[in-house]
Amino acid sequence: MEDYVIEMLHITKTFPGIRANDDVTLRLKRGEIHALLGENGAGKSTLMSVLFGLYDADSGEIRKDGKTVHINNPNDANALHIGMVHQHFKLVEVFSVLDNIILGAEDTKHGIIQKDEARKKIKRLSKKYGLKVDPDALVEDISVGMQQRVEILKMLYRDNDILIFDEPTAVLTPQEIDELMEIMRGFAKEGKSILFITHKLNEIMAVADRCTVLRKGKYIGTVNISETTPEELSSMMVGRNVSFTVDKDECKPGKKVLKVKNVTVPSKIHKNNAVKNVSFDVRAGEIVCLAGIEGNGQTEFIQALTGLEKVGKGKIVLKGKDITHASVRKHSLAGMAHIPEDRHKHGLVLDFSLQENMVLQKYYMDEFQKFGFIKSRNVLKYSQGIIEKFDVRSGQGPYSTARSMSGGNQQKAIVGREMDRGMPLLVAVQPTRGLDVGAIEFIHKEIIKARDSGVAVLLVSLELDEVMNLSDRILVMYEGKIVGEFDPKTTTVQELGLYMAGAKKDRLKNKEAKDRSRIKSHAKGKKESAKAEPNRKTSKKGR
Amino acid sequence: MNIFKRFSKCLNTIVAALICVIIGLAIGFLILTFLSWRSLAAGADPYTFRDVIVQAWKDGFLRLIEGGTYPIFNNATASYRKMRTELSLLPPLLMCGLSVGFAFKTGLFNIGAAGQYTLGAFGALLFALVLKWPWYLCLIAAMLFGAVWGAIPGFFKAYFNINEVITAIMFNWIGLYGVNTLMYNEKLTSLPSMMYNAKTTKTFTLKAINSDAIIPPLASDEYIKAHKGDTLAEFLQSPVTYAVVIAVVIAIILLIVLNKTVFGYELKACGFSRTAAKYAGINEKRNVILSMAISGALAGLGAGLYYLTDTLQWNPQESTALPSMGFDGISVALLASSNPIGTIFSALLIAHIDTGGGLFSAKVFPPEVADIVSGVIIYLCAFMMLFKNIIAKPFVFLGQLKAKLTGGNKEGSEKK
Repeated sequence: MEDYVIEMLHITKTFPGIRANDDVTLRLKRGEIHALLGENGAGKSTLMSVLFGLYDADSGEIRKDGKTVHINNPNDANALHIGMVHQHFKLVEVFSVLDNIILGAEDTKHGIIQKDEARKKIKRLSKKYGLKVDPDALVEDISVGMQQRVEILKMLYRDNDILIFDEPTAVLTPQEIDELMEIMRGFAKEGKSILFITHKLNEIMAVADRCTVLRKGKYIGTVNISETTPEELSSMMVGRNVSFTVDKDECKPGKKVLKVKNVTVPSKIHKNNAVKNVSFDVRAGEIVCLAGIEGNGQTEFIQALTGLEKVGKGKIVLKGKDITHASVRKHSLAGMAHIPEDRHKHGLVLDFSLQENMVLQKYYMDEFQKFGFIKSRNVLKYSQGIIEKFDVRSGQGPYSTARSMSGGNQQKAIVGREMDRGMPLLVAVQPTRGLDVGAIEFIHKEIIKARDSGVAVLLVSLELDEVMNLSDRILVMYEGKIVGEFDPKTTTVQELGLYMAGAKKDRLKNKEAKDRSRIKSHAKGKKESAKAEPNRKTSKKGR
Repeated sequence: MNIFKRFSKCLNTIVAALICVIIGLAIGFLILTFLSWRSLAAGADPYTFRDVIVQAWKDGFLRLIEGGTYPIFNNATASYRKMRTELSLLPPLLMCGLSVGFAFKTGLFNIGAAGQYTLGAFGALLFALVLKWPWYLCLIAAMLFGAVWGAIPGFFKAYFNINEVITAIMFNWIGLYGVNTLMYNEKLTSLPSMMYNAKTTKTFTLKAINSDAIIPPLASDEYIKAHKGDTLAEFLQSPVTYAVVIAVVIAIILLIVLNKTVFGYELKACGFSRTAAKYAGINEKRNVILSMAISGALAGLGAGLYYLTDTLQWNPQESTALPSMGFDGISVALLASSNPIGTIFSALLIAHIDTGGGLFSAKVFPPEVADIVSGVIIYLCAFMMLFKNIIAKPFVFLGQLKAKLTGGNKEGSEKK
């Protein structure tokens, strides 16, 4: 008999209108890395929430070491040595690393916390597994990668030996991902068992031993990674064959649609500028990608560009119209569609129904209103069109509230809404965030279709695969500045990664020098500065 | 199908609200029983447990739930006056409920309805007594005064991000003392000579100064004369005026505005998510001010509808407490889950219970028991979601069962 440490047998969990898990079985062997793969809304998160005690399954049973257990809350899970790193970290930002790790498992003596033992244990663990952290740093001050290491240490500190990772690589740089993979292998070697939720097939191929695939809440199968291919996995997941490379024709850039000149945006957190003197153009029919690690000014730049926040200095021109200080609505009317970074904060009114959300950018147009009354029939028809075209799945179709939908389907709804507007400029911030390969393939195709029809696309992405596959030009942003411009055909992921991490700053220095000379030339006269720009481009490409 | 779904969703809420009401009444009955027992125990006569219950039931609880209908049920020849008084409470209560509910729907907590109500009363009386305008113009004045008083906290919220609750509470008191001073202090303006009757220590009655400012009763004098003694004619006399109709019509208008118009769409978008509204290009600052102004206008109108029926005069000396109407509005809105049509019924209920509380035999039961009952009901409203889930459980279970039966077959065939 196999040595299963966790068995989830015939788990069924129903939510109103949707069956998230339908007779799903998952068996985790001792000391293996087991990947859990599935489309958005396939029920991966639900299944893990059942295991972690956040949801109560309608039927089915969970066994630990062959014995049936009941997990009613995360504390029960903890007692069974099950730990989880959530997709969105659960850390207290203003606490130190040490405090975060011991939170909930504090050693006390007469009601006073004993930190010395804890510190020793954390140091031991961090040395043993190569998890570098500073126990006294505040969580809000440390990098995302280190925050993740804190989450991992939290599990180890509690002596967990069943570790669940929920999409752990989404926020990491390529180098950090490699490190994480190494750490996971180390755990497995030690006899710890790992459940690894991800969309990324290459990571599964690299690190996992076995993989369980879910589709639409149903159990499809479990395969040994050594005996399978990414193609097989993706067709199991989606139910059809998926192509990984994006087919696209040669880029035929047209007129300049968006001109960004010397834009500076003050930071809300610190006194420095979050975006420093950024200039670039986006032409019709090309996809320009703003790449970079989270928190290097992309968010602030896009908010300023789209009118959500104020531009400090500089100028933004869209189709010949100065929109630097225009309202959000004027941006929209001038021809900007915007897939926002934060779908909960900006993209959707979560308590509105799906159909109401589908007209969020258009409700005031004659198509949907007459004398101030909303034409509900048109709204319904229009939203059904998008829902169908973009395969947005939900419990009650256009009537379901946005809040009740899975993250991936929320994203598909937003992408559908913005793409359907047919605007000359599409600002897409992580348009495929949290989507599965099938949906990513579809959205990439749509973006390229839009490009080919002459839409200017400004893409902001943290996913290097996406950056490399989709874009015609890549601008790397580091600490609020554009530190380099690359052609995806001639550059490599590794090189981009180095610039994104700030390890290579050659071009940064170069750029600063250029900026200085450009400012000088500005003073001399506009004509020269106009000449200087194409020069800059060629010189960069030449390097 | 869709209509059915909507209806069942609605029904769920209604049943949950009714559960709140029933539990509230049950607790009220327990209190009445306790009070009844204490009062009998204090007396010299021997008593049984049955006496305690009977007294609590007959002199207390029955009157509470009969409310304004009590004299009619118990004495056929009694006038319909109590019933009419109860109905005349509906417009101000309903308007305050709508005021708070409207603000809730747009993501704001208008605790300032009391202040806006005060300003509305002042506006109505100012235009009725001093300028001697007819009632409909006075109503508009009341709305404007209330709107301004609501817009100020809205302005601070929109531009300085100051919590509207704090500003509104401040403005409640500023409004109250400001209005009282203006009405009472002769040194300040000449208004008191025209508005304030020193003999009654209240404002002048409209009847004495400007009877045009009294909102006409629903039944005309001729109709009442012709149908003397008819139930309907008895019902529709003063103080049951067009105010009732106006209030109900406004509730319906609000329902339409919130659910069917572009304006309502924008307001709700702002209410649910200010950031998403901003993303959609909605001017969220303007909308915050606007919804507070509308909310204030509704409360102000409520005061106008009440004081222009001339049943009650403003008493600047006694009114050192804020009019409770504004706070009752919060209860009314909560009980109705801010639904404008639901607000009509919850306002009726609160008016009914309050009237019933006034009918207790005062020696045994203080009328405040009615407040306790409505308080308990409001408190239970916080558990509304819980009740909804409990009600929904059997349905969910049935759905699962059905899914199991039908889905089970499918699975079976797939496995084969």
